[in-house]
Amino acid sequence: MHELPPTLAAVAQVGVPVIEVSHVSTRFGTAVVHRDVSLTVVRGEVFAIAGGNGCGKSTLLREIIGLLAPTTGTIRLLGTDSRQLTQSNGSPLQRRFGVMFQHGALFSSMTLAENVAVPLREHTPLSAEAIRDIVALKIALVGLPPDSAIKFPSELSGGMRRRAALARAIVMDPELLFLDEPTAGLDPMIAAGFDDLVLELKRLLGLTIVMVTHDLDSLWRIADRVAVLGEGQVLGLGTMDALARSDDPVIRSYFHGPRGRAAHLNHSGMGLQRD
Amino acid sequence: MDDRVQQAAVSLVEGRTLRCRGAWTMPDVAPVERALRRMTWPARSALVFEASGIEAFDTGGAVVLYRALMEARRQGCEVSIQGLRPDYAQLMSLVSSHWAAMVAEVAPRQNGSERFRASIRNRVAQGAGALEFLGESATALVRLVASPRRLRWRSCLNSLRLDGVHALPITGLLTFLIGVVIAYQGAEQLRKFGTNIFIVDLVGISLLREIAPLIAAILIAGRSGSAYAAQIGTMKVTEELDALQTFGLSPIELLVLPRVLALVVALPLLTAYADVLGVFGGMLIASNQLNVSFTAFLSRFEEAVALRHMLIGLGKAPFFAVIIALVGCYQGFQIRGGVDDVGRHTTISVVQSIFLVIIFDAICSILLNWWNL
Repeated sequence: MHELPPTLAAVAQVGVPVIEVSHVSTRFGTAVVHRDVSLTVVRGEVFAIAGGNGCGKSTLLREIIGLLAPTTGTIRLLGTDSRQLTQSNGSPLQRRFGVMFQHGALFSSMTLAENVAVPLREHTPLSAEAIRDIVALKIALVGLPPDSAIKFPSELSGGMRRRAALARAIVMDPELLFLDEPTAGLDPMIAAGFDDLVLELKRLLGLTIVMVTHDLDSLWRIADRVAVLGEGQVLGLGTMDALARSDDPVIRSYFHGPRGRAAHLNHSGMGLQRD
Repeated sequence: MDDRVQQAAVSLVEGRTLRCRGAWTMPDVAPVERALRRMTWPARSALVFEASGIEAFDTGGAVVLYRALMEARRQGCEVSIQGLRPDYAQLMSLVSSHWAAMVAEVAPRQNGSERFRASIRNRVAQGAGALEFLGESATALVRLVASPRRLRWRSCLNSLRLDGVHALPITGLLTFLIGVVIAYQGAEQLRKFGTNIFIVDLVGISLLREIAPLIAAILIAGRSGSAYAAQIGTMKVTEELDALQTFGLSPIELLVLPRVLALVVALPLLTAYADVLGVFGGMLIASNQLNVSFTAFLSRFEEAVALRHMLIGLGKAPFFAVIIALVGCYQGFQIRGGVDDVGRHTTISVVQSIFLVIIFDAICSILLNWWNL
């Protein structure tokens, strides 16, 4: 059988695990960040990792993408141990996922177009013209105007920088997209627009998305499943509806605080309007 | 992609069918892209893109195929695509819906003469900014003299430790070696004339008057001037300077003056220390190579090396210190954000301060020569 392209694969292989985190513990010196964390992300879903500040969400993300090795336990990313990513540079695996960092992490000495072109330049023998076209497509896809391509990151607003970072993360058509706090620090309108953009790109490009966030609106709007981290463990894992009914005190305080209720109401209100 | 999928390939059959096969995905679509760009399209004919052989497709492949399509149309061909799988066709329509934005001409940022004018404006503004900074520092100094209690002793002493005490080993080692080098070079010449004892004049005067102060200043410019630029620049990028201002605290008073004062104290002391070690280095070589004993060296030193040479050397040091500290801090304030900006201004601070130190030294030499000192 031929290997299926990403878009078809997403349809055909729902339920196939793309990330398997098993029994991961992390310690920095004496500080314990994770105690026996296990979770699985399946192809085609939007998987969110939520939890309070300092609960190890971003650390877990860094471990999954191989920037950091867990103290014990294994993480398999697209079937490969992510320790291999830590040990070697330029693994072909690295071309199969894209990462959008919290503050964009755009290279400040390059224009937006050059930033987006970096993975293409480094990993493909494509001609300059083809690279320019692909970059222009990705910039248009994330909703940035064409003339922003020649701007430097310092000349872009926060929302535009986020979109630019997203364009760079999806430039290689990755199977997996990691988003670290994609909507933090954005105003509610732009944040909602960003959520829509992520869903749209997921549909168009057949992405599997893993995002770290504590934006409750985002969680209600786009997450298929959510893992709530706390006290170094997975406190709850499931759909938002299931988590909202959970009895765990930490999860309850997380989802039923004033902001959590507002986000929920907001979400169900919109659901009604759509019906 | 793995080897179960055919390599991407394209061929023009009978001048009317473009047969596309294989995996049209990044990065494997590259050879096809090159072939399509070199392709000569049959003029003004009906052309079919037979795409059922495409086994994998992504936006990269779609962009390549769409550009070929547009190019063939531009040359007057009637083009239709056949056999493209529906989900791949979706990617194609994605490209076509964004095509206008993709090929939109973007006006270049600036042309040559505009850029030239902008750089002139920039230079003038920079000069004005430097003067303004100098003025602000001077007024802050006046305020400080009026009420000395405003001085930040803590950061002064901290700066004294970091920029003075911690620089002792490297400064000592370097001037010691310079003393050795000068004595070695001189020894060759002096031995020829049998005037071994003049090694004392050579080492003593050149080191005390010129070399020790310069070496110390250049080292401090590299060590501390660059650090000032990077520290203040990073504080600017992280908005710490803005936070200071909202508390009504003057960054100049808080950050610049303590550093300037600390260096004004530290650099003459470092220079004196460098004098001692440099002369000691020369003395070792003199006894080793020229049979000038330590006692002979020191008694000759008293006669031959007038006190003014040392005082001139030490007297220049505070001015060097002011130049280094002000240039470093000024370049720090010039940083506007961005990682490369920090690096650029740190470099500029070192180059500029060494440049100005040497200019100042040259002017001193000329003036002192006029006054026969």
